[in-house]
Amino acid sequence: MSLFEVKNLRKNFGGLAVTNDVSLSLAPGDRLALIGPNGAGKTTFVNLVTGHLKPDGGSITLAGEDITGVKAMQRVQRGLVRSFQVTRLFADMTPQEHVALAILQRDGKSTRMFGRHDAMRQVVEEVGDILNLLGLSELAHLKVREIAYGQQRLLEIALAMALRPKVLLLDEPAAGVPQAETARIERALDMLPPDLAVLMIEHDMDLVFRFAKRVMVLAAGTVIFDGSPQDVTQDVAVREAYLGSYANAGSAA
Amino acid sequence: MTVLMNSTLPTRRRSLGTLIGIAVIIAASVIGYFLFPNNLALLTRIVATMLLVLSIDLVTGYCGVATLGHAALFGAGAYGAGIVSAHFGITEPLTMTLIGAVAGALAGLVSGLVILRAHGLPQLVLSIAVVHLFHEVANKASSWTGGSDGLSGITTDALLGLFEFDLWGRTAYVYGIVLLLIVFVLLRILVQSPFGMLARGVREDPVRVAAMGASVHSVMLRMYVISGAVAGIGGALNAISTQVVGLDSLSFTLSAEALVMLVLGGTGSLYGAMVGTVSFMWFEDVVSAANPFHWLTIVGALLIVVVLFAPKGLYGSAAAFLSRRRGGGK
Ligand SMILES: Nc1ncnc2c1ncn2[C@@H]1O[C@H](COP(=O)(O)OP(=O)(O)OP(=O)(O)O)[C@@H](O)[C@H]1O
Ligand SMILES: [Mg+2]
Repeated sequence: MSLFEVKNLRKNFGGLAVTNDVSLSLAPGDRLALIGPNGAGKTTFVNLVTGHLKPDGGSITLAGEDITGVKAMQRVQRGLVRSFQVTRLFADMTPQEHVALAILQRDGKSTRMFGRHDAMRQVVEEVGDILNLLGLSELAHLKVREIAYGQQRLLEIALAMALRPKVLLLDEPAAGVPQAETARIERALDMLPPDLAVLMIEHDMDLVFRFAKRVMVLAAGTVIFDGSPQDVTQDVAVREAYLGSYANAGSAA
Repeated sequence: MTVLMNSTLPTRRRSLGTLIGIAVIIAASVIGYFLFPNNLALLTRIVATMLLVLSIDLVTGYCGVATLGHAALFGAGAYGAGIVSAHFGITEPLTMTLIGAVAGALAGLVSGLVILRAHGLPQLVLSIAVVHLFHEVANKASSWTGGSDGLSGITTDALLGLFEFDLWGRTAYVYGIVLLLIVFVLLRILVQSPFGMLARGVREDPVRVAAMGASVHSVMLRMYVISGAVAGIGGALNAISTQVVGLDSLSFTLSAEALVMLVLGGTGSLYGAMVGTVSFMWFEDVVSAANPFHWLTIVGALLIVVVLFAPKGLYGSAAAFLSRRRGGGK
């Protein structure tokens, strides 16, 4: 039985089928890349399975339980975590505070009204470990608004790791990162726990080929390819879907 | 290890911040006492209003909820404390204050449940509707509240059985300062706690907070209840010190003025709330005495100047300026 299973997911925006009968399943340790031209419905798919949007049809199961009607925050508590295509962080807070908050939330301590996170030994140590792993230690006490976008992207990954998910959905983790810095993102992705199931949306095909063992292609809301990275470039339907838009896809990423 | 060592630095600085805050509050109160010995009633009113403004800061400054109806919580505390004294003979001041806090917290729960259903402009409109409703209820229930005549007949025992609430308002003033100090310390602990951090997260990006698996609504509602207790204590202090409660304590006007004081001082900081209240009420007092015809114009002009040239408020802008200087000096 698979860890995470999406069946026949559907969503229309004003008559336009943005997600059209999409199914997929992930097992622990999977590394799946979800690719497709701009506007194919990749982010919408993530929004649907995480509960940020309500699907028109279909079902979502996590660890054998149907979570289709479960609230977004409870899906996170059950181990389904996402990152955002455009960084969503707290501009006035430090990386240390971000990661501490994620750890406290994970451990059910985020609503404690006394004591300070930076005086809780275990929290401080774990925060230190995670920031260190991602090479963010130096920036631990700067406000997020003061750090570079590439480092903010790394912090997004740090937050996801701190929540210790079972299934992680990464929405273009390298989007907006200068080419020279994508190597750091890639190293961060290599450090994700081996038994974590990861779905990564990405336009950078080099990154896709190095990261993924399986590739799914979405075009106009429909899955047109599901197979190995070697085969995807040979596939006729994929080539057609990308024709004209592949060049855009690369530069707009 | 380096992270461990680094992290003790902000911790110490923040405890120091609390101690400095306590010292400044005490010093300012002593100076106020000797500068205006005949005007202690005004000073006590400033302290009560400060509690209201702090309470707004908790939901607006820390959680990002827009409200123009926060006097509902303050008035609930004032009427709660006043009614138990005038109608039920509960005249012990600490008990009255506690009842004010509970009444404020309940009002916070009720208005939170209503206001938090909406966001942005509709939220603001709901908050105005809530304070008007509270006002109308108090107006109609005149057998309990005295209606538009105000609730009179409030009596208060000596504080701790020792200090009578005297005509000069000395006891009330000292009591107000003590309440303010207690609330200040508790709120410092609160805003620095994990919950305080979570609340700041809610203000900055509720979507990210939800993506961490936390309930944005429950954070805001809890903060509303706490905020209600704080405003309720302010209301109770007002009832105890003036021995009357009027409908103005539940008014839209008071809600709006208190929000203005918060913006004047700077949102998202306890000091900003306190500085804003003192500046606004002191300025209002001076200007209205000097020029009873145009004082509102002058207050309005001051506000425009502050909002345009110091958008973070008096305290917020000063703090930002100082930290820039400090950063530049390194
Ligand atoms: N909330 C919404 N309401 C209406 N239309 C929407 C909404 N969200 C997305 N869409 C539309 O759905 C389509 C798919 O958008 P989506 O963001 O999922 O694409 P994507 O594959 O993630 O693209 P990109 O590669 O540019 O990130 C687009 O045409 C978009 O305009
Ligand atoms: Mg997208």
